[in-house]
Amino acid sequence: MAEETDILIADEHQADTGSWDGGDQKPFKASYGKLMMWYFLLSDAFTFAGFLIAYGALRFSSPSWPVPDKVFATAPFDIHNTIFGGEAPLIFVTFMSFLLIISSGTMVRAVQEGARENKRGVVFWMLLTVLGGAGFLGCQAWEWTNLIATEHMTVSTNPFGTYTENGFYLDPETGEVTDEVVKEGETYLLHKAGVSHGEGHEGEEHFEYPTVAGDYAGFQIDDEGFIHRKYVVSETNEVKLQDFGPTAFGALFFGITGFHGFHVFTGVIFLLIILINAGSGVYAARQNGYEMVEKIGLYWHFVDLVWVFVFLVFYLL
Amino acid sequence: MANHLSYEDSVKGVWKGLGLLAIVTLAEVFLSLGKAMESLEEYTWVIYGLAFLIIVLSIYKAYFIIYEFMHMGYEVRGLALSVLLPVLLLVWALVAFFNEGSAWKNNREEINERDNIEAEAPVGMLNEDEVTSDALLG
Repeated sequence: MAEETDILIADEHQADTGSWDGGDQKPFKASYGKLMMWYFLLSDAFTFAGFLIAYGALRFSSPSWPVPDKVFATAPFDIHNTIFGGEAPLIFVTFMSFLLIISSGTMVRAVQEGARENKRGVVFWMLLTVLGGAGFLGCQAWEWTNLIATEHMTVSTNPFGTYTENGFYLDPETGEVTDEVVKEGETYLLHKAGVSHGEGHEGEEHFEYPTVAGDYAGFQIDDEGFIHRKYVVSETNEVKLQDFGPTAFGALFFGITGFHGFHVFTGVIFLLIILINAGSGVYAARQNGYEMVEKIGLYWHFVDLVWVFVFLVFYLL
Repeated sequence: MANHLSYEDSVKGVWKGLGLLAIVTLAEVFLSLGKAMESLEEYTWVIYGLAFLIIVLSIYKAYFIIYEFMHMGYEVRGLALSVLLPVLLLVWALVAFFNEGSAWKNNREEINERDNIEAEAPVGMLNEDEVTSDALLG
């Protein structure tokens, strides 16, 4: 076993200096692995850019778009109700961003310890990085579960609609015009009849919506059970129904955050593999300043970098 | 690697960098929440200005992560250029596809408008029930 490992190390050590068949001169004074990691990340950046630009194009093509402050206003353990009184816009996702940023910092520490050939330091800081990544994944799992199970958003259904006119709601019971305001540009969530939706309902006077699909005085219930309230448009006096939001929103959200989450997931796996290798002394024997840790570090920072832009387009703008 | 600094200095640099990223992120979140304030609704240019500022801060964050955390600032200039220059192609993609998106929106609005124009009955042609009654009469 030990012999085998030695041969392996000798091979790889040789590979580190001999992979470029052009003699001792290395292009850009970088090792083969590191340079290829950079070019892989470049190609991956284009993949993400393609997705994010598609998001932008579809958003520009839509007459309305769900307001992020409204869509991402929940947090685990009912924090949005108990501490923030109903809505906690962007609070939870800011916490998630901090997890990734901090894990990026601990990754830099691991690389620094590697450069000093300090095995214990590498293992310690990589372990913290893994914890940060796993924590982020846990948060994302909660976010998705909340969106799917509580708010009933799917890849093809987007219950987050946005008003494009001003007006007033009809009373659900009597169908008469109320003084409850409908505001242009405001995002609402279509609730399902008879299902708890995890939000405080103020001003609805605890009206019990029926669960049977049909057209009622002040609202309609569709076949899937979504309640569409009726409202009258101020300008034209036309009675309208609350509609679903742009369908693409769900697909884009789950697709892009899912693809990023998959990167985080693979990143955690790679970090674990390299953590174990570092701990068992494989890289110490190579005596190249823990270059593998540096390479996985590049990948991990890239995952953080992509999140900067996912965070920008989905949550901040 | 960062042989340009002593070990202690580069460790300090990491925590300083983390602090910087944290502050920029918090600033972004506050700007974003401010952007959604109702009192700003009338001033579209303020909203656009804030959005622009958020984008600039995000790009600064990206620059910092690439140049400090990923050590691009300490690599050979050619390496940095060969990775970063291709990214400029995305500027074209951004402009082209965002224009395309607004064009889809305009087309859709135009089609909706045309659908709403009441079609006038063509002059000098049989209308539908006349055709059927003629056919019945043989």
